[in-house]
Amino acid sequence: MIPMPERVYLDHSATTPVARPVLDAMMPYFDARFGNASSLHEFGREARRAVDESRQSLASALGASPDEVVFTSGATEADNLAILGTALRRTQGGHLITSQIEHDAVLRSMEALRPMGFEVTIVGVDEFGRVNPEEVRAALRPDTFLVSIMAGNNEVGTLEPIGEIGRLCRERGVLFHTDAVQALGKVDLPMDSVDLLSASAHKMHGPKGVGLLYVRRGIRLAPLAHGGGHERGVRSGTENVSGIVGFAAALDLALRERAEVTSRMRRLRDRLIREVLKIPATRLNGHQVDSLPHVTNFSFAGIEGESLVMKLDEQGIATSTGSACSSPNLEPSHVLVALCVPLSMAHGSLRVSTGRGTSDAEIDRLLEALPRAVAELREMSPFKVGE
Amino acid sequence: MYNEKVVEHFRQPHNMGKMSEPSAVGRVGNMLCGDVMWFYIRVEPDAGGREIISDVSWETFGCTAAIATSSMMSDLAKGKTLDEAIAITNRDVADKLGGLPAVKMHCSALAADALNEAIHDYLTKQARPIPQALAVRHERIQKEMASLEERYKAFLSKDPKAQQGEAPACS
Repeated sequence: MIPMPERVYLDHSATTPVARPVLDAMMPYFDARFGNASSLHEFGREARRAVDESRQSLASALGASPDEVVFTSGATEADNLAILGTALRRTQGGHLITSQIEHDAVLRSMEALRPMGFEVTIVGVDEFGRVNPEEVRAALRPDTFLVSIMAGNNEVGTLEPIGEIGRLCRERGVLFHTDAVQALGKVDLPMDSVDLLSASAHKMHGPKGVGLLYVRRGIRLAPLAHGGGHERGVRSGTENVSGIVGFAAALDLALRERAEVTSRMRRLRDRLIREVLKIPATRLNGHQVDSLPHVTNFSFAGIEGESLVMKLDEQGIATSTGSACSSPNLEPSHVLVALCVPLSMAHGSLRVSTGRGTSDAEIDRLLEALPRAVAELREMSPFKVGE
Repeated sequence: MYNEKVVEHFRQPHNMGKMSEPSAVGRVGNMLCGDVMWFYIRVEPDAGGREIISDVSWETFGCTAAIATSSMMSDLAKGKTLDEAIAITNRDVADKLGGLPAVKMHCSALAADALNEAIHDYLTKQARPIPQALAVRHERIQKEMASLEERYKAFLSKDPKAQQGEAPACS
């Protein structure tokens, strides 16, 4: 048997491994301190203390107060809660604004409101995937109540001008929500301009199944999950104590390591861009500089992305074609289409996303395997590059 | 997602590449859906004088399943008489591969279409009568390709509807 080389994981935008210190922080809450945080006895009280301390820690990392943090099952639920929760408090419809490159959790939550009489404007982006704040301003109407624009894009990495958009929403008395799943812990967030913010633990070396919605004090949301009145009545359900503890530990770790990790990520990204663009008929999707440090997206003419992911997987290298959720979808990525990436290239996209442990040696492995994989697939394709 | 047989054909595809001076070519698929297959066939009489597909090759732009079905279809068609080749269905291809994920079944349909079109091209070039089944499928394939082409053009011209992703529902 041929020994399999060590596997290389370059799909951290899909999910990340739980970091050791995070796991260590979580472990006691599975058995020794297993209590229900709502119970009166000491088992319950120690769980409640853990939830309170975690909430305090996450809130201060966000520059918020503990009562502004609502724990959820993840960012999808947080996005739904922000959008449906503000909409369903209204007695009559209204208008929402978002962009073409949002995560499906945002786009589909808004779509779900249309049959209930709400109207949605979806603003476009430039060739780098950036929303123009002036376009958002122009789309505002007297009945606009919510604008949702992500902080950093999960497929191409582009950073959005959320500070500016948030400010102009504030001027008009419109709530501003941002999905900061990929950005939190990696880039500065203009919290002053944000009313609602979604985040997830498992994208920052925390556990799956826990997220949060920051809700600026004074904003009231209609609950989506009714029950025992947890999370100040906004999100009922027994607290995921170990998950919440893990989330706080993960963000704490991310912020402590941030300078070191993100500068390494940027260096790896720059190197990746420099080397991959040497492959003929290749393009970088997204913005070269104005980007999340860990996400890089390329397109290769003449080949299809899923095949490329499979070819690299053969070599033990894990990457993705874009958003993992949309992989079975036959249509090209809605994000790349919004960036006006030509269709011949939009199908041939590859997303490389690094984590806190990604090394130069791992990028070397990708850079060694990638040109060969692209060449092999181009050999099979009817569309010959350069013909 | 994919079984071992599919992955094996993807990794070591059979009969891959362009054929020089083929008897006929079948081109199907559309860039919009991200799958394009070109099938080349060489038709020659065998030792007994029967007309058979003596050689098949293909070029495919597409996903793992598209490449694996191209490979399997080429295996199935090679050495077959034209009538036998026409009778190969997309089911046969998927079954021989040990099954495909539901969302990828269209790839096996595309491989069957590509072979169909290559045979149709051959008979047309030879000015020979086209069997009914082949003619019906040819008409269906051409119609689908034309409608895809139209959607593709709408997409390229940034028709807002096409941009919203409403139009392209790839079969």
